[in-house]
Amino acid sequence: MTVDRPDPDALLARVKAEEARARRGKLKVFFGAAAGVGKTYAMLEAAREQRADGVDVLVGYAETHGRAETEALLEGLETLPARLVEYRGATLREFDLDGALARRPRLIVVDELAHTNAPGSRHAKRWQDVLELLDAGIDVYTTMNVQHVESLNDVVAKITGIVVRETVPDSLLEQADDVELVDVPPDDLLERFKDGKVYVPDQAQEAVKNFFRKGNLIALRELALRRTAERVDAQMRLYMREHAIDKAWPTAERLLVCISPGPDSARLVRAAKRMADRLGAPWVAAYVETPAQRRLPAEARDRVTQTLRLAEQLGAETYTLPGQKMSEAILAFAHDRNVTKIVVGKPRRPRWKRIVIGSIVDALVQGSGDIDVYVISAEREDGAPPAPARRRPSPTDWPSYGWATAVVALASGVAWLTLPFFELANLVMVYLLGIVVVATRYGQGPSLVASILSVAALDFFFVPPVFTFAVSDIRYVFVFVVMLVVGLVTSRLAARIREQAVGARQREERTAALYAMSRELASTRGVDPLLAIAVRHISEVFRSQIVVVMPGVDGSLTAWSGGQFPLDTNELGVARWVHEHHQLAGLGTATLPGASALYLPLQAPRGPVGVLGVRPADRHALDAPDQLHQLETFANQTALAIERAQLADEAQDAQVRIETERLRSSLLSSVSHDLRTPLATITGAASTILESGPRLDAQTRQELLESVREEADRLNRLVQNLLEMTRLESGALQLRREWHPLEEVIGAALSRLGKKLAGRKVHTSVPPDLPLVPIDDVLVEQVLVNLLDNAIKYTPAESPIRIMATSTDEAVTVEISDRGPGLPRGEEDRIFEKFYRAQPDRGRGSGLGLAICQGIVKAHGGRIWAQNLPEGGVAFLFTLPRVGTPPAVPADA
Amino acid sequence: MPDPVVVLIEDEPQIRRFLRATLTGQGYRLFEAATGADGIVEVGSRQPDVVIVDLGLPDMDGLDVIRRIREWSAVPVIVLSARGQERDKVTALDAGADDYVSKPFSASELLARIRVALRHTAGASHESDETTFKVGDLRVDQLHRRVQVGEKEIHLTPIEYKLLTTLVHHAGKVVTHQQLLREVWGPAHTEQAHYVRVYMAHLRHKLEGEPARPRYLLTEAGVGYRLTAE
Repeated sequence: MTVDRPDPDALLARVKAEEARARRGKLKVFFGAAAGVGKTYAMLEAAREQRADGVDVLVGYAETHGRAETEALLEGLETLPARLVEYRGATLREFDLDGALARRPRLIVVDELAHTNAPGSRHAKRWQDVLELLDAGIDVYTTMNVQHVESLNDVVAKITGIVVRETVPDSLLEQADDVELVDVPPDDLLERFKDGKVYVPDQAQEAVKNFFRKGNLIALRELALRRTAERVDAQMRLYMREHAIDKAWPTAERLLVCISPGPDSARLVRAAKRMADRLGAPWVAAYVETPAQRRLPAEARDRVTQTLRLAEQLGAETYTLPGQKMSEAILAFAHDRNVTKIVVGKPRRPRWKRIVIGSIVDALVQGSGDIDVYVISAEREDGAPPAPARRRPSPTDWPSYGWATAVVALASGVAWLTLPFFELANLVMVYLLGIVVVATRYGQGPSLVASILSVAALDFFFVPPVFTFAVSDIRYVFVFVVMLVVGLVTSRLAARIREQAVGARQREERTAALYAMSRELASTRGVDPLLAIAVRHISEVFRSQIVVVMPGVDGSLTAWSGGQFPLDTNELGVARWVHEHHQLAGLGTATLPGASALYLPLQAPRGPVGVLGVRPADRHALDAPDQLHQLETFANQTALAIERAQLADEAQDAQVRIETERLRSSLLSSVSHDLRTPLATITGAASTILESGPRLDAQTRQELLESVREEADRLNRLVQNLLEMTRLESGALQLRREWHPLEEVIGAALSRLGKKLAGRKVHTSVPPDLPLVPIDDVLVEQVLVNLLDNAIKYTPAESPIRIMATSTDEAVTVEISDRGPGLPRGEEDRIFEKFYRAQPDRGRGSGLGLAICQGIVKAHGGRIWAQNLPEGGVAFLFTLPRVGTPPAVPADA
Repeated sequence: MPDPVVVLIEDEPQIRRFLRATLTGQGYRLFEAATGADGIVEVGSRQPDVVIVDLGLPDMDGLDVIRRIREWSAVPVIVLSARGQERDKVTALDAGADDYVSKPFSASELLARIRVALRHTAGASHESDETTFKVGDLRVDQLHRRVQVGEKEIHLTPIEYKLLTTLVHHAGKVVTHQQLLREVWGPAHTEQAHYVRVYMAHLRHKLEGEPARPRYLLTEAGVGYRLTAE
């Protein structure tokens, strides 16, 4: 039963894809076999129809080549003025992408999708402009020929003998919502060509004549038709899938193409792409980097880079695999990835070499098991003759050769000294030891030299006749040969081990660098410190200067202050583009390649968090895909860390908001209660006096009036506390520090409490030599008043209060202790919280007094705490740091 | 002597009502103004013995009212202001006000300030016929430069004595740090407020029974000092 129902996840993915498609503009490609079939004409006609239907149509760029009937179609259509670009003295007409985006038509017509933009344009290729238009939700009509399809590029080149440099990725054609084939029979096209109706640039007359041959045109027509048919077929399959018609789900094919440094690997990649398309299978391109391949000439390495990029553009996932043997690495990877088909090029090694060293294909076939292996002929691409493979002229490491010679000399010396004790044959061992040492330390070249020198030295110094290279006994020749072979094999092995170690170390270094950064990021809080760490690590690993651009509060991008190179408006513009399009751009890419740095989006799961700018010391250092992938991994780690920090900040903000909310409601209930109680008393007492008038006896009247006054006092204190608290919390509180004798402040507090202290025993002990303290006297007086007020409130009327001040070098400590009931155990810290009351049921205070004390003491840089006294009662202590030196006071006689 | 005339400049009707009851009950003739402008006119036309000004007036700053009155009159001015606005009080005192009362205040507090103000006006009119100041156990005989607490004669340094006599001169009124510095140390030292505090502490140790709970030399935190007068 379930077979009839599409998988819900797949359905969801389809719905999402449809949504994304609805937001994107629609792409229609007018597709032809060759120039002159009438694509532009068909496109403009279609645009006119749309215009007639009331659609807002803009002609962004149309190449009429001066043909009257085509130009006539432009009449009545709004045309976007071309952007004029000065390039090497010539003025080039280019499509104005920014103008089109600003104008925002419903449908735009942009001719010649494969066009390469003039240098200095935002994108290298016009198809990238089109993608941006589509992203902006604008429908696009465009044209292209079959020879511009990337994966058909080499096929076309083979048919026509002309290599087309301007290509469009297949993915674009696959993404197109509509592909309209503009078809003309070859004979008609030839007729048109002869009539001069096909535009031909002057400089290419000959080439084009060769191109417009019937055979070519038939082949190209077939290609175009087939390509369109494949598309129709794919649509059909999609339709069937969407409507649950196809019960047999596509088999899980997965293709792996092995890339070699050879000149034909681009062809191999294109072939694999076509195969993968026909199978409807995902495909992977892998390059195995063996130690030998690391020594390849720079040119061959560049070719590998380009091939990997091509594969990526054609929709493959690309990997660079480290390994000793290509076949082993490929097979391990294939098994790991559930690859079902491996595509390799036909081996180009001469037959004898294949027999001696073995062929990769043979090894693959032997170890492939149930994986199919396709071998594709390795013909050279036309028009791209491979450069003769030559060894990289690596800078000769002269000191190493010097050391090799020195080691041989040393070996000769040792042999000379031991000659009286050993036979001649044993001396060979001394030389072999020298060769091994040279091989492990200095690599293959020097060890080769050491082998030859050793044989020569042995011959010259020890083999009779001594001090000549002549050999008396022919048996020695055999010794020499064996010695040379052993030396060579040893050096080869040692050198390989060394290379492996170097390769392993490089990989390990990268992994370790990534790990080090991740670990440091994980243990860091806050966006700024995180960025500092990321910038430092990435800068070191990729030997580059780094900037980070982040969106500010208002969404505008600004450079993070810790960047390592300044960003001008152009560079910032590139960064903005990257941020908006979530794609890399800048140095070494096809988009805005004129930038001085490469810009990567910092993509986190929730969305982009910023842009990473990387300016390598060597402009081409980041061209290799594995370098780029590595950089992307670093960027991803950074983005994740930034998002984590932002989430943490948000969580904290939320926590603070909740806390504030809780406090606010607590405040409201507390304040409304505390305000109402005294008001009720005042209102009640006053109304009694008013209404009962003369009937009240003098004593009752007196009592009522006293309670009015007491409650008014209480109300006053509450309002005072609330104001004080608000000032403390709003940050409006400014300390007016001056040098004060503490005794005076205590005295002021005591006299302010005045009548309340009547009858209380207050012991004050302030040492006469207590230094002046830098405090705000009004605020510290408030602290003392609040603490004393509490002592009065919570202790019996006759119990004594003690005020004591002591001093250390760092601070003056004030202690106010009472002999009351003390604090509930474990509540010594909580009492400083806002709205906390030691005895809620008694509800005598606002619960703010101590919180205010704490705020004031903290503002002075001090600390306040409470402790129950062993002899009963509680002591409140606070410190006032002694900052600076007290000013001198001139004495008088 | 006729009943003293008081001009009250206060915009709150409730406070005016309460002060009207209190002051007329105590035998003062009261004239009220609800705005600063009206108040200045009242002061000019009524020739009051004391002016009471609220610092927060709707039409103009109470400080400006004081400054305007001071342009042509030496009448004692008592300021009404809220606690926590010590800076405003000091500014008002420096602008020419004689004393202040913090809201909320009791009637007795305000009446005491008015009495002190009236006494100072009277003292100024028939010059120092009283050379000996007495409050509680403290006696300051300025003619013979003698200071006594109870029967005990106290020896003061010249600055301590100058400080004490300055306070005696303003007895009952608040004196700001600035005023004391200017009068005792001279106008060059108005920034050294700690001088006053240190010498004040010396004075307390010599004159007060319990220096941390002074009876005579009271501190008005953030504003200045007041020598008890009654």
